[in-house]
Amino acid sequence: MSALQASLSAWIEGVGFIAPGLPDWPTASAVLAGRQPYVEAPSVLPAPALLPPAERRRASRVIRLALALGQEAVAHARADAAALATVFAASGADGHNCHALCEQLAGEDRQISPTRFHNSVHNAAAGYWGIAVHSMAPCQVICAFDGSFGAGLLDALAQVVLEQRPVLLVSYDSEYPQPLHAKRPVPDAAGMAWLLSPRQGERSLARVTVERAAAGVSLSRLAEAELEALRVQLSSLRALPALQRLAHGQAGSTVVDYLPGYALELGLQPC
Amino acid sequence: MQPLPIIASTYTTCLGQGLAANLQALRAGRSGLVPCAFETVRLDTWIGVVDGVDDVRLPATLAAYDCRNNRLALLGLETDGFAQRVRGAIRRYGAERVGVFMGTSTSGIFETEIAYRHRDPATGALPVSLNYGGSHNPFSVADFTRQVLGAAGMALTISTACSSSAKVFAAAARQIARGIIDAAVVGGVDSLCLTTLYGFSSLQLTSARAAKPYDATRDGISIGEGAAFALLERPDDTTAAGEAQAWLLGMGESSDAYHMSAPHPEGLGARMAMAAALASAGLTPADIGYINLHGTATPANDAAEGRAVAALFGRQQVPCSSTKGATGHTLGAAGAIEAIIAMQSIAEDWVPGSPGTDAVDPAMAIDYRCVGQDAPVRIALSNSFGFGGSNCALVLGGRAA
Repeated sequence: MSALQASLSAWIEGVGFIAPGLPDWPTASAVLAGRQPYVEAPSVLPAPALLPPAERRRASRVIRLALALGQEAVAHARADAAALATVFAASGADGHNCHALCEQLAGEDRQISPTRFHNSVHNAAAGYWGIAVHSMAPCQVICAFDGSFGAGLLDALAQVVLEQRPVLLVSYDSEYPQPLHAKRPVPDAAGMAWLLSPRQGERSLARVTVERAAAGVSLSRLAEAELEALRVQLSSLRALPALQRLAHGQAGSTVVDYLPGYALELGLQPC
Repeated sequence: MQPLPIIASTYTTCLGQGLAANLQALRAGRSGLVPCAFETVRLDTWIGVVDGVDDVRLPATLAAYDCRNNRLALLGLETDGFAQRVRGAIRRYGAERVGVFMGTSTSGIFETEIAYRHRDPATGALPVSLNYGGSHNPFSVADFTRQVLGAAGMALTISTACSSSAKVFAAAARQIARGIIDAAVVGGVDSLCLTTLYGFSSLQLTSARAAKPYDATRDGISIGEGAAFALLERPDDTTAAGEAQAWLLGMGESSDAYHMSAPHPEGLGARMAMAAALASAGLTPADIGYINLHGTATPANDAAEGRAVAALFGRQQVPCSSTKGATGHTLGAAGAIEAIIAMQSIAEDWVPGSPGTDAVDPAMAIDYRCVGQDAPVRIALSNSFGFGGSNCALVLGGRAA
């Protein structure tokens, strides 16, 4: 197969969205399309209805975020979560838990809590998702620092095309408390989820095609300063320009950053 | 799946640096585990330490990536001529056509753990020298590997605890199959740190002895560290096909959907991953000549995996062993290390033994081998399972079909 043919495509069947001031996809869609003003507010992270009561209360911010994103996209597509392969793309895991472990391990009493330890793995949110929706399907947990969305999208699309099965992509990231916050200044919890399908269905929102952008092409930006700030500060939202096209129902391509010297061109064709 | 040639490989563990040193130790039934004296850690457990990691110096241009994990990565990359083989692939295909897919569980968190002892007394700030992206972040090891080798294709880290570096073989194979890249460096690097040593201890999953996989008296893991790399290429390149050390024939992935840190008691997810790997290779249980088990030596893991293997392979009685009594459990590096041990089993026509295991648990209805033995191995399977219920099985063969 030549490099010229190296593109991947799928149909977007559902979207989940959480960001500061944008608590869900209907709100985000209205703001991105200019039908509603952006009102600044901290991200709202609902308690995960999918988890049993005890775990629901204990669920950390990053687990609430990932589960809510996935649940919204699945509900939007009216899909069966248990049957979906998943790709979780995140730069970090639970920053607060990481801080608590590092603080304790720097002291005299290093007998850390077993629950804190198993919640420290990068795939904790993905593990809770599988338990919550009873999914035994393949699950990836991917990190590429600020390019985690791009890496997750490439893997999710490759699975859709090769396996001819729908894949739920959840791109998310959450904040570290100080002093790690100064080293990795993620301002809040935020992310987006796309349910990707190999076939067009009644509920398909758009067809998305992804390929490596030509060298030197500039990244797509949002005209609205507050929305552009979200794209820049929260790497899990790097595909926001593509979602703005979706919100407008406007075909065309956007360029999303992935790695230094490697951007992705996302072609969007609304249904 | 279409079989993919593996044209170069290397691994480094507490047994030694490179393919030959590890093979020699495994052939001799030697364990590299020692009582834990790592850093300031005071735990009654055994560990696998790679010699010389602290002496590795990163190139000055990559100083931002300096941490124990990336030093171990560089030690691995410079072994068995691996980096040169990758540079050959880059010359053949172009840097943008070569990807990097790495598995790790804790990346360079050890540097953050140390930095927390040196916070500014007034402000609480961490030392200026701590570089989060270069060490702590899971992508650090993939980014570093990419820069050392000069690869410019897609890159990612998979971090699904102890299945991480098995799953990168599958992720890379998907991108080669779709023509996004022509070749991929896959691998795993995990290094000793306080989080995993004290963490597994808190779960009462570490043994006070050297690990005894599948033994009737097994009582926990021995944590190890290691680095492993393999170079996968597109199958239609005759140069690559002619030079193949082995072939990736199949891969299977599943989730337990059961518990964050305990396996499904019947090994249901493990069985699904093995069955999916056989199906993707177009093979049946009778085709498998050796299984390198996940075999961590915890009571629960080995019981569940043993049941899964017995259920899938039935009376086929495939020779099985876990090599974690020799290498320790290298966590996010284990999948890649053990895939390469499976490749060595095929190349050598040899079934590895299980250093540390004295008497196999009689409850295990599988052909578990404590002692290594020469025997024909045409195709091997390697299992890797992780916290969060993440399962991956790989099928490797000496030929494409």
